[in-house]
Amino acid sequence: MNFLRQSLSVAAKDLRSEFRTKESINAAVSFAVVILLLFSFAMDPTSEMIAEMSGGLLWLVYSFAGALILNRSFARELPNDCLDALVASPLSGAALFLGKSLANYLLLFLLELLCLPVFAVFYNVTISRRLGWMMAVFALATWGLTVIGTVFSALTVNLRLRELMLPMLVYPMLIPALMAAMQLTTILIAGQPITGDDEIWLRLLIGFDIIFTSLALALIETVLIT
Amino acid sequence: MREKILYLFGITAGFWLARNLYVILLGLPDEADQGAIYRILFFHLPGWFTSFLMFIGAGVASAFYLAKRDLKYDAFAVAATEVGLAYTCIGMATGMIWARIIWGIWWTWDPRLTWALITMLIYAGYLMLRKAIDEPSERAKNTAVMSIFSFAAVIITYKAIDWWRTQHPGPVLSFRSGGGRMDPRMESMIYVNWMPLLMLAIVFLLIRLRQEQTQREIESLRRYAHAR
Amino acid sequence: MTAVDVTGVWKFFGDFPALRDVNLTAEQGSCTALLGRNGAGKTTLLKILCGLSSPSRGKAVLLGKEGRSGETRRGIGIIGHGIAVYDELSARENLELFARLYGLDRPRARALEWLERTSLYHVREGLVREFSRGMRQRLAVARAFLHDPKLLLLDEPFTSLDDRAIALLQGLLREAIAGGATVIMSTHQLREALELATHVSLLVRGKVSYAGERTAEMLADPGWLYANYGEAA
Repeated sequence: MNFLRQSLSVAAKDLRSEFRTKESINAAVSFAVVILLLFSFAMDPTSEMIAEMSGGLLWLVYSFAGALILNRSFARELPNDCLDALVASPLSGAALFLGKSLANYLLLFLLELLCLPVFAVFYNVTISRRLGWMMAVFALATWGLTVIGTVFSALTVNLRLRELMLPMLVYPMLIPALMAAMQLTTILIAGQPITGDDEIWLRLLIGFDIIFTSLALALIETVLIT
Repeated sequence: MREKILYLFGITAGFWLARNLYVILLGLPDEADQGAIYRILFFHLPGWFTSFLMFIGAGVASAFYLAKRDLKYDAFAVAATEVGLAYTCIGMATGMIWARIIWGIWWTWDPRLTWALITMLIYAGYLMLRKAIDEPSERAKNTAVMSIFSFAAVIITYKAIDWWRTQHPGPVLSFRSGGGRMDPRMESMIYVNWMPLLMLAIVFLLIRLRQEQTQREIESLRRYAHAR
Repeated sequence: MTAVDVTGVWKFFGDFPALRDVNLTAEQGSCTALLGRNGAGKTTLLKILCGLSSPSRGKAVLLGKEGRSGETRRGIGIIGHGIAVYDELSARENLELFARLYGLDRPRARALEWLERTSLYHVREGLVREFSRGMRQRLAVARAFLHDPKLLLLDEPFTSLDDRAIALLQGLLREAIAGGATVIMSTHQLREALELATHVSLLVRGKVSYAGERTAEMLADPGWLYANYGEAA
């Protein structure tokens, strides 16, 4: 019970900090819009090909812009040595990790929800057909991004070149989750249900989430204690 | 004494490799469909086997480091990763050469080449992380965690890519033509050639281990000197 | 009751021993001044005691428990080099957060109580980034004492404190010690520390060169220890 209370306190603190300054979310949303704009020059936004690439494009945007949010996660603990106070408190590594992951998850989800209509308008794509399933896919895939991003944020918190290193380390690892998310999103945007062969992608997402969440919970304390 | 054994090992591997090359190039017949280029298989597959073995070793060594906190495990992890990465490059290069000859293109997004590239990027990230942390214990600890994550990622990615490519079929690097039966002489040659390549890998590994140990000694001596 | 029992602690950074076979005991109600030059290992030792670092060899038993147990950490208050409060939150929000993390019953009431005690009640809703330096320091002190810690670990607490904050801290420390709490503080400010200290430990290059009660001699001449047990000796 205490564990939950502590995690929620950490999550609330991160969200409160973020919404007061709005640093990450503004940067992330702006960046996402810029990428969507740039892509419109890279390819013909009116062509039918967009339908095939919709999921791919969307998740590229989410992962690039999301990195800005994930980077801040542990970095915000550095000024004033707050991280030391958190680690020295009765807060367990797992509770700290879950609290931060929860905050990141909500911020990433917010980013995704804000960008989806922008994407639909820019590329003339209907997104309303399988919205429920799409949200479920978003929920699973976003957790995968969150878990890896949060652990690596902790791992790289003290590095000089953190902003450069975090994306480099994280993107190759996210490939399975991004692959699955892209596939499923493309199918759902086209209005098709997820059936038969494609269910494998759902299972991949769930497996990815379970495996990396377990690894993260097991190793986070090791990362935080010198 | 240890150096002498290492030299002996290396020279044996070298001779064995030379003998194999002779057999491969002159002893074995050409393959039915692929002509002469199939011979690259004898370096391509063993290259893969070896690099995967190295990555498993690195993952295990990392786990041991986290449990025991003895820096020799950390040295093994980085040495194994570097050798594994080198052999992955061999695997990729031979694959690309084969694809160029057979298909006329340097790169094909087939499962194994793509997976090789992803694996390379993941472990290159590991080496980058090592460069970024100065303090040896912190470096060992954090990269060990990354190594464990990397190994899990590499395994998951392998399966995922397989599924992806079954949905997006394209040219696939398959060395078995026809029914998949290979001349037994060729089949055994793959394993016979694996031995010297593996031996060479072990030689490189041990040399790298020794280098890492020396580096640590120098660093701690430097620290002692500055503390005075 | 022994509040702190450190036995045979070594800490290696790579092959470099920052702490070598360190032994330290502190009885309940004592105040130990941890002295030593920069680089002697004071911060490293304190980090191990705080639970921020783990020893390479040996063990540290705090408040009867070994390792990073949650129960132990609930009873420990720390002051480090940074103030360890969040700039973007208000004074009250900061203290409430830590009150919850330390499992206190009425976080808001406690927070307000300590804001009162550190003369910050009138700015309780102000964001910390707008505070003056003295106010930030007092908030850091409030954070450390908020949960009535039985063990206080302070890393150079008097450095960069203004007079008001020093007086506040000394008062709180005296009160805590009188109430049975144990204090270990590393310091360069010999005078302020030696006034409060009942015991003294001197670290030289990672080894404990002297450990014992604070004597009148030390109080009269703070340099005495270094002269007799420091580097040159």
